[in-house]
Amino acid sequence: MNALEVHDLTVSYGDIRAVKGISFTVKQGEIFTLIGANGAGKTSTLRALSGMLKYGGKVVYQGAEIDDIAADKRVGLGLAHVPEGRGIFGNLTVMENLKLGAWLRKDKTGVAEDLERGLTAFPRLRERKDQAAGTLSGGEQQMLAVARALMSRPKTLLLDEPSMGLAPKLVQDIYRVVREINAQGVTIVLVEQNANLALKIAHSAAVLETGSISLTGTGAELLSDPRVQAAYLGA
Amino acid sequence: MEYFAQQAINAIQLGAIYALIALGYSLVYGVLTMINFAHGDLFMVGAFFCLIIASLFPLPFVVILVLVMLSTGFLGALIERVAYRPLRSAPRVSAIITALGCGLVIENLVSSLSPYAKPMPALFSVTGYNLGGLSISSLQILIIGVSILLMVGLDFFIRRTSFGMAMRAISFDSRTVPLLGIPLNKVISVTFLIGAGLGGAAGMLYGLAYPVIAASMGVLVGWKAFIAAVVGGIGSIRGAVVGGFILGLVEVMTVAVLPSTYRDLIAYSLLLVILIFKPYGLLGKAPNQKV
Repeated sequence: MNALEVHDLTVSYGDIRAVKGISFTVKQGEIFTLIGANGAGKTSTLRALSGMLKYGGKVVYQGAEIDDIAADKRVGLGLAHVPEGRGIFGNLTVMENLKLGAWLRKDKTGVAEDLERGLTAFPRLRERKDQAAGTLSGGEQQMLAVARALMSRPKTLLLDEPSMGLAPKLVQDIYRVVREINAQGVTIVLVEQNANLALKIAHSAAVLETGSISLTGTGAELLSDPRVQAAYLGA
Repeated sequence: MEYFAQQAINAIQLGAIYALIALGYSLVYGVLTMINFAHGDLFMVGAFFCLIIASLFPLPFVVILVLVMLSTGFLGALIERVAYRPLRSAPRVSAIITALGCGLVIENLVSSLSPYAKPMPALFSVTGYNLGGLSISSLQILIIGVSILLMVGLDFFIRRTSFGMAMRAISFDSRTVPLLGIPLNKVISVTFLIGAGLGGAAGMLYGLAYPVIAASMGVLVGWKAFIAAVVGGIGSIRGAVVGGFILGLVEVMTVAVLPSTYRDLIAYSLLLVILIFKPYGLLGKAPNQKV
């Protein structure tokens, strides 16, 4: 069974069609990346998958159609989304942000263990756990966004441009974390403008161009594809 | 001096009621950035619910208070569900008109059922106490005590419970909230339930303190409490409390030294001056700088 099957997905804003009927499959346990330029429809695609936006077409998650399921209920199915811009609640403390990530869970001891694990994995968050999240640096906020999404114990994690606005060293850190999460069995759907980084860690990938998929392949294949190199890697 | 101390007790009583109402405006604004202009009329309905319940069943004060809060709270949540939710992504001005319309419907419904002002029955026999020359009644103690308990309870709810956390999260970024599995609409319904419930409690307490109630009472008191919420910093819970008490204090103290016709003139002028120097209100914050 595949983690996600997307059939003929469309997303429109008024008369403007941002995603023009794309189809792709994400296998269980892999890192799948969707690369493309600004405005190609990457974020819209991710928002459709998590139910933030109305869309056309069909999304099958873990073998079941989820088109009629609201965004908050999809989280309960194990589908978590770290949105563009991180979506940190700056007026809440780091700890409160993390606790909200476990909203749907009833196992108090499990939640406490996961909180502890999250704070151990991200020592910077432990140092600042009682601070307002808005005071964190960009990299720390990205770590918090990922740690918060993990609090729901997702089976599939949708990541929207985790590298955005971060210094190269922090980007490396984030990508190391993404690989670690994947190594623990979580399927990853990664949307990136930074094609080079994303393709290096992706098992499979697709290129999105003005709302349509123009190329698909393994991460390595696309990395060496001359068209990708010319358009996205500046080679 | 004694005269002013005596007036201070009255000011605290009036301020506590303003604060309770102002909290409802601020809570709703916090989650929807919308002014619930029907809130003043929910306050009025609270007083009438108290009148109806108390004249039908001789129940103790606390039980009536809880029933009034629940019934007014559910009415507030119902209004949100039926009238505001369909307009959530509509232009802001449509939502404002809808809220004003809901308020007018409630007010006119009540005034057609009860065209004349009604006396509010006393729920218990009021006794007066003398504290070193100051007189204070058991009713005043009760009104102030209940208001403060409700405010402390609300503050705890907002700061310490997961629903309170979710409400604060919505006020910062409502789009992200469902991505954590939090049912946005349910939290908004609970917010209206609490806000309207506090307004209903305020209506009941106001009716007991000034025991003639009428359908029109919601408009003026509601507006004043709204202004108190803005002066305190709309969206801020503690700001609403501060704004309510300042308004109560200014009103009572103005009347203590000047003819009562000056009351609203002085009160509103002072509030305007505060807003000129603190445009986001005393405890309000500038809108979030989002990256």
